[in-house]
Amino acid sequence: MLRYTLHRLLQMIPTLIGVAVLVFFMLRVIPGDVVEVKLRGDGGTVSQEVIEQERKRLGLDKPLIYQFADYMYGLATLDLGISMWTERPVTEEISLRLEISLQVAIMATIFAVMLAIPLGTTAALMRGTWVDYVVRIVTIGGLSIPSFWFGMLIMMGLLYFWNWLPPITFTPIYVDPVANLTQLIWPAMAVGYRYCAVVARMIRSSLLEVLNEDYIRTARAKGVFEKVVISRHALRNALLPAITVIGMEFAFLIGGLVVTEQVFNLNGIGKLFVQSVARSDFTLIQGMVMMLAVFYVFVNLVVDLLYAVFDPRIRYG
Amino acid sequence: MLDRQLTASATAPADAATASTLTPLLAVEDLHVQFDTSRGVVHAVDGISYTVDRGEVVAIVGESGCGKSVSSLAIMGLLSKPAGRVTKGRVLFEGRDLLKLSAEEMREIRGRDISMIFQEPMTSLNPVLSIGEQIMEPLFIHLKMTEGQANARALELLQLVGITDGERRLEQYPHQLSGGMRQRVMIAIGLACNPKLIIADEPTTALDVTIQAQILELMKDLSRRLNIALIIITHNLGVVARYADRVNVMYAAHIIEHGTADDIFLRPLHPYTIGLMRSVPRLDLPRGIKLETIEGLPPDLRAPPPGCRFAPRCPYRLDACVATDVTLRDLAPGHASACIRADEIVAGALVQAAPPAKSAETAVTIESAEPIVKVEALRKYFSVPLSGSGVFSSKVATVKAVDGVSFTIAPGETLGLVGESGCGKTTVGRTVLKLEEPTDGAIRFAGVDITHRTSKQMRELRRGIQVIFQDPYSSLNPRMTVGQIIGEPLHVYKLVNSKKEQEERVAGLLRQVGLFDYMAERYPHQLSGGQRQRVGIARALALEPRFIVCDEPVSALDVSIQGQIMNLLEDLQSRLNLSYLFIAHDLAVVRHISDRVAVMYLGRIAEIADRDALYADPKHPYTKALLDAAPIPDPRVERARAPRALKGEIPSPLNPPSGCVFHTRCPIAEDVCRREVPQVRQIGPRHIVACHKA
Repeated sequence: MLRYTLHRLLQMIPTLIGVAVLVFFMLRVIPGDVVEVKLRGDGGTVSQEVIEQERKRLGLDKPLIYQFADYMYGLATLDLGISMWTERPVTEEISLRLEISLQVAIMATIFAVMLAIPLGTTAALMRGTWVDYVVRIVTIGGLSIPSFWFGMLIMMGLLYFWNWLPPITFTPIYVDPVANLTQLIWPAMAVGYRYCAVVARMIRSSLLEVLNEDYIRTARAKGVFEKVVISRHALRNALLPAITVIGMEFAFLIGGLVVTEQVFNLNGIGKLFVQSVARSDFTLIQGMVMMLAVFYVFVNLVVDLLYAVFDPRIRYG
Repeated sequence: MLDRQLTASATAPADAATASTLTPLLAVEDLHVQFDTSRGVVHAVDGISYTVDRGEVVAIVGESGCGKSVSSLAIMGLLSKPAGRVTKGRVLFEGRDLLKLSAEEMREIRGRDISMIFQEPMTSLNPVLSIGEQIMEPLFIHLKMTEGQANARALELLQLVGITDGERRLEQYPHQLSGGMRQRVMIAIGLACNPKLIIADEPTTALDVTIQAQILELMKDLSRRLNIALIIITHNLGVVARYADRVNVMYAAHIIEHGTADDIFLRPLHPYTIGLMRSVPRLDLPRGIKLETIEGLPPDLRAPPPGCRFAPRCPYRLDACVATDVTLRDLAPGHASACIRADEIVAGALVQAAPPAKSAETAVTIESAEPIVKVEALRKYFSVPLSGSGVFSSKVATVKAVDGVSFTIAPGETLGLVGESGCGKTTVGRTVLKLEEPTDGAIRFAGVDITHRTSKQMRELRRGIQVIFQDPYSSLNPRMTVGQIIGEPLHVYKLVNSKKEQEERVAGLLRQVGLFDYMAERYPHQLSGGQRQRVGIARALALEPRFIVCDEPVSALDVSIQGQIMNLLEDLQSRLNLSYLFIAHDLAVVRHISDRVAVMYLGRIAEIADRDALYADPKHPYTKALLDAAPIPDPRVERARAPRALKGEIPSPLNPPSGCVFHTRCPIAEDVCRREVPQVRQIGPRHIVACHKA
């Protein structure tokens, strides 16, 4: 297992190098740079000389290959550089936002998984009954309603019924858990609905498939209690494909919540992403893309390791 | 287990004794089972009755879809819900009607008093639970054993079913065991709580013939020793003859005949049973020219025909057969038939004794002719990644799937290729077809060396070499009509100029394989298994090949259909002068159709000889073992044969034994066998063998 993990960690390196090269050159293809956006703004006039000076200060005048080498060297030494716009370290800019995004993602996952397992299981076991239809309608709603719109509904509901809105300033959970949770629980629910729907449908269909397997019939033929047939024999097998979906959705939530973050006025990774692209803040974009890439690959690894934990065919393959 | 045995025998010896003399262990009375499908209600079981006594082995025989498995699932209360349900009847187990029990009461009986062994050992064990967990589960549930007791009992059970290193096996997971091992584990689970009845649904169908013999021997032995009644559900008549005390024959949801094994095999009293017996190729009788077959197909159970359901296919049909409802009638003590003309059969007036099998033509001997296919020292190695390989170096193991195989096939000749799963017979077929690149050796087709031809260079030659696959269900594209499937090769090779011409050719090919022109419009799922296999044959014939590789073409088919397809293949051969490489695991089938037979074991040829020489006088100990292990559908023959099941499992091709690959299982192996690879030697005219001691 250790050997496998090490192997997989090493395999991450070529993937990450590929991402780094791609993002670097794709950004350079986009016309304009941070200096123009910063100095000219919306049609201001600044002399070319000032712009050149600023470019020189930020190192944008150097040949592309030199910039690239510099960037790759930075990555190798785990130095993401400083933001071209705010001129604060990229890691600092990201970590501020990551705290919020990560917390929302984790809360949404807990919310979704806790709801999806019973929902998916009940629907599968009561296939074809009204319970199944209700679950299927509710989950298809989750798939089709955009989470930002659902977020707006939540806000309107809170306003309408309780005449109250969640706080708009972020308080870290270790400072004031109540204030923190009253703010973040709503966006977590808004994105958790979709998340839950995806996972519940996955569990429903994979459980239905597993329940048709020969070994479930074997378990029943042994006189195993029906409860145990479901929990021990069926669910353990049915959850395997759900783990993949959970992992992918979780990774998506970091950085994928651009509009939902706007609705709840959250200063998360998604918002920062849009901002820095609008500002052509190359270093910050590169840093965020690399962070997300590492995150994705890492979540994938965790998913595969979880598979090995649950499935002996992979453990002793 | 001991506790239970002791209490059972201590508290109620008298009761048990009286009960056993009065009532049978299991009595199924007028059982009806229906299934709701999207296309109507299927009457899967329609009023069957039978009994099973304590310690008795009862077989239920029938072809697929006759209701034999469904009826046993109904007994167990395991019909798939909500589609399947029992609509009528009683299932009395020790006098209690199982169908009236609550779900919880039924659960208590399952696994404790009645257990079941299923067909597919590969899928019937839970992949994420260890063998130990799965064997001990019923012990915890039914016998309330502690961890320590259950573990001890599990070890005892593994020993009972012939698994020696139990300690280690308990820790393992199903995927780490072979098919035969898994079936032993299934049997251990079935035996765990000392049940009174075990229902075995095709327990050996998925296993190789030598492993099948081991498993059946084990089950019969355990049933005798532990006085467990056994219901064996099977389509294999040989298995029935060897192991059953009494037999129920099912056809289209009815039991149409029942009696002792001797009754059924020696004095069958229903035309269906008689037809079934005659359509099986047999190892112990001279080979007839043609297999007798039962023409037609079983009826649709959504709307079964009135009267006798076999009537539409019956050669002795009268008007009365379809006019009156038929019931089982006792014709001799314990022997009943549902045929209204059974009295005539008893009197011997109706059915002619099987025509004395004309010991027929001996195999064609075309030694002088230039062989159409010549394979020399063919090798095919596969690389498989080893688990636990390093970070940048991935270790690879080599599987020698085919290791130096040579043979020739003359024009118009059939070479049978037999062996157990994993012996490389299918790989030989695929390599000869050039679907796999040979690692070494030479393949000549009609004098042309095709060993290293690219697929482009093969194109023209491919017309002459075609293939018929094993599984008629998955080898036809479900989105294409039969006409498109058969017409595609014609189109690809531009053998037809117009659509009309193509349609005519397709119609001709359909007629040639015994189908009707209008079937060209149908899709594969609208056809039966036998019809699909005919479509596969028509597709192969479309290009007018000279040589066809038949890879297990009948093993997925029912006995009566199997005979039809084999007759068709023989017919086509004699009309079109085709050569066949006929790959199969069933020795009787191979014997029936082949002129010469090659036996393979672990990638090597063990023996090649003319068919009659090989079956009459096998030289290689593996050939002998295969012939011994194959059950013969005649209880007299079976009783006379001592069980001589080959011991052990087929070794892994990843790590084949040194010297002669067969030495680990060979009864006559000596030191030299362990050291040296035996050379292929000529020991008679056209008879070669690879054995030091032959």
